[in-house]
Amino acid sequence: MLSLIPLLPFLGWLANSTVTRRAPKTVSGWIATGAMGAAFGVALTQIWAMLHQTPVEGVRAIEETVFTWISSGRLNIPLAFRLDPLSSVMILVITGIGTLIHLYSTAYMHDESDSEYARYFSYLNLFAAFMLVLVLGANFPVMFIGWEGVGLCSYLLIGFWFTKPSAADAGKKAFVVNRIGDFGFILGMFAIFWAFGTLDFQEVASKVALLPADPASIAGAGVLTAATLLLFLGATGKSAQLPLYVWLPDAMEGPTPVSALIHAATMVTAGVYMIGRNAVLFSHAPFTLEVVAVIGALTALMAGTIGLVQNDIKRVLAYSTVSQLGYMFLAMGVGAYATGIFHLYTHAFFKALLFLGSGAVIHALHGEQDMRNMGGLKKHLPLTFWTFLVGTIAIAGLPPFAGFFSKDEILWKTFASGHLVLWGIAVVTAFLTATYMFRLLYMTFYGERRTAAPHGAHGDDAPAHGHAHGAPSHGAPAHGHGLHDAPAPMAIALVLLALGSGGAGLFGIPAVLRGSNAIEHYLAPSFRAIGAPEVVETVVENHGLEFGLMIFSVVVAAAGIAVASMIWLKNPQIAANMAARFKGLHTLLYNKYFVDEAYDATLVQPIKKTSAGFLWRGVDAGLIDGTVNGVGLVVRGWSAVLRRMQTGSVRAYAMSLFTGVVVIVGYYLWR
Amino acid sequence: MDAIFFWLLAAGTVLASVGVIFQRNPMHSVVLLIASFCALSGLYVLLGAPFVAAIQIIIYAGAIMVLFLFVVMLLNVPTEDPVHGYHARLLGGAGPRRFGAVLSLLFAVQLFLVLRTLQMTPLPTDAQQPPSTVYDIGLRLFRDYAFAFEATSVLILVAMVGAIVLARREPR
Amino acid sequence: MLPDPTLNAYLLLSAVLFAIGTAGVFLRRNLITILLSVEIMLNAVNLTFVAVDRFRGVVDGQIIVFFVMTVAAAEAAVGLAIIIALFRHKESLNPDAFTSLKW
Repeated sequence: MLSLIPLLPFLGWLANSTVTRRAPKTVSGWIATGAMGAAFGVALTQIWAMLHQTPVEGVRAIEETVFTWISSGRLNIPLAFRLDPLSSVMILVITGIGTLIHLYSTAYMHDESDSEYARYFSYLNLFAAFMLVLVLGANFPVMFIGWEGVGLCSYLLIGFWFTKPSAADAGKKAFVVNRIGDFGFILGMFAIFWAFGTLDFQEVASKVALLPADPASIAGAGVLTAATLLLFLGATGKSAQLPLYVWLPDAMEGPTPVSALIHAATMVTAGVYMIGRNAVLFSHAPFTLEVVAVIGALTALMAGTIGLVQNDIKRVLAYSTVSQLGYMFLAMGVGAYATGIFHLYTHAFFKALLFLGSGAVIHALHGEQDMRNMGGLKKHLPLTFWTFLVGTIAIAGLPPFAGFFSKDEILWKTFASGHLVLWGIAVVTAFLTATYMFRLLYMTFYGERRTAAPHGAHGDDAPAHGHAHGAPSHGAPAHGHGLHDAPAPMAIALVLLALGSGGAGLFGIPAVLRGSNAIEHYLAPSFRAIGAPEVVETVVENHGLEFGLMIFSVVVAAAGIAVASMIWLKNPQIAANMAARFKGLHTLLYNKYFVDEAYDATLVQPIKKTSAGFLWRGVDAGLIDGTVNGVGLVVRGWSAVLRRMQTGSVRAYAMSLFTGVVVIVGYYLWR
Repeated sequence: MDAIFFWLLAAGTVLASVGVIFQRNPMHSVVLLIASFCALSGLYVLLGAPFVAAIQIIIYAGAIMVLFLFVVMLLNVPTEDPVHGYHARLLGGAGPRRFGAVLSLLFAVQLFLVLRTLQMTPLPTDAQQPPSTVYDIGLRLFRDYAFAFEATSVLILVAMVGAIVLARREPR
Repeated sequence: MLPDPTLNAYLLLSAVLFAIGTAGVFLRRNLITILLSVEIMLNAVNLTFVAVDRFRGVVDGQIIVFFVMTVAAAEAAVGLAIIIALFRHKESLNPDAFTSLKW
């Protein structure tokens, strides 16, 4: 049954890419959404079954082996799935939020032709299938199948409108950068197999638990540190951290629901999940954990500063995603695995909500994405506005919404484990997050509309509610007048996600607030090996300090909101003045620290030149072609010599025959 | 007694054969070959195979050589002229010829060496083994080798047809 | 007094005849003479068969000789037909004149 969860979206892909390719939109849309919904249902039943299992040494899990994939000597890799608390959270996020996004897409992508619509949904289903394989995999290679598969689908979906050069380029960039990370992942896998002789997660964890930890310095680096660093390299590629984050902002070329699903809620969280899955392994490599935490914090800060000055609504959200992922890695790096996953899960809700909300805005404005041309949409798109507000508050980290609990937990754990510098960076980033998110909100929804655009005379609420059918015929662009709010499928998704953003935090109310911290206890068994003692998370029970820091982070968030309100709500001119005064800094931030240009100059161009000059001309044309042609030339030369044997004289032939006879007789004679 | 006849006949055969290959005029070659065959036939008689001796004269000397003679006279074959031009050069014509001759000599020497290793075995006398009669041969031929006999007759038929087809003039 | 001929003597004679025939094939420049040399070789072989027959006391060798002669006759007939055809084509009986299968 477990394999049904990834199988259903996979069948959806099959159907939409072959049979129903030219079917009308309702058919392909419903097949895809239905497949996801069915997967969600099956996931629920399986989780139910898992919860009612009797724990084996404190761990409840369901396993299913589909077949033996590779069996060769020492290497034995079955195609096996395993459902335990950690992967249960992940599959709920993927199938649940995934279904909502599919529903949303049925309306958002309505302008496409039938076959393009079906293609979109087939890719989306395929992505979901691979992502589910990734999180359900019971060993490294199966996870890697999913890992690569989501990278492929990301490429396909980013470059969905491939006739646009920028979209095609963005897709390629995503794939190539991911590939670099994947190389690290593969090497890490090899190292683990070499060291432990197995690639199954449980077995590796059991073996690692028996080892002493590697010393926390690079001098004493052992196999564990090397392997985990390589795996982390893969994670930086997939989850867009330094140094391989450069593909994510470009990935906004894809349709907005794609950005919501892949680049907010699921694929980019694969790296975080991978570390969580290998918690035992990483705990025994303290140096790697330090690296993870530092990179997480730095990425968070850097992305936050860039997001502050971007003007494209999706770009801001993209950098916000990178920043929040940094938080998750920071949590993993200080050993707070459950907290990292908690933030992953809350972030999925509100980031998906924010992206879908921005999609509704873009949809209503018929493709406008520059915030400088927006404004005053609050009264025209009320549903979108209110759900967007919920998401913004959640990400800023105000109680009682979801983002507060998870982010605060990360800050507390960082502080309590002694990483004060990183804590400081995280606090600054929290301030920036609140600031730029509210900047986005104000620029988009408040004030007056800033361009000569379709006048928003009809601020109608009506189309948003009360529609029951699936894919309403929303007006063609020639409709012209009136900004209508999100049509029903989009609205449903937005509302449900808003509820989730509000309530998802309730699972993780920490003890200091007299909560049960349910999620941490629920996930704990996943982070230790069977039969081994629990992974000690360096947590200090100091309720007073914790409460104090909690208040502090709320104050910081409020300060950020205040600053944003002061500038963009009341007096936008301040922003322009500051940009003019700090021109250099502004340019630096606006151009994303020129990282892309740096990469291009140092890596891309030299590789291109080497390939064209040396590898192509020298090796391929010269050496390889030369050898092959050379063989031909040699044969031709020889045959020119040998053909002179055909003298045409029969006597000569007879003579050679007779020579042979004489030689043979002579040979026998001699013997 | 046998010995004298043997050496005489052997000498005759060899001399006639040598003459065959060294005569310029092909007519002379043919006639010398007939003489060689006759000497051979005598050798066969010495070996106690009168049947073979008889058919040697009848078929070989009588039929095949006469055929050769017919063709020689039909074609009015000229005597060979001395070589010149391309054929006198080593690689063209003279080379294989001379080399081939040397090879034959070599071959003869080899065979001689081979035979030297054999024991000198005397042949059984007429008393020990009477000469084989036509009856014996006929019995073996038509009983044990009947199939080969029939096949040979087919072969002759084929040869006849082939010869006719090859040698006739092109129909206009 | 000359010694009685042994088997070896006959075999040696046969070998000499064979060598003579081979030499003739290489040395002569007339197709018909070449064919005659081939006949010499065949006869040498016949002699071998009959001699060994006598030594072993069976008649099988003579049967083989019978067949060899038949085949030689057929071969001579066909060979001469070919020579006639060639002569008609080229007016020469020199084997070196027929070199169309050159490189």
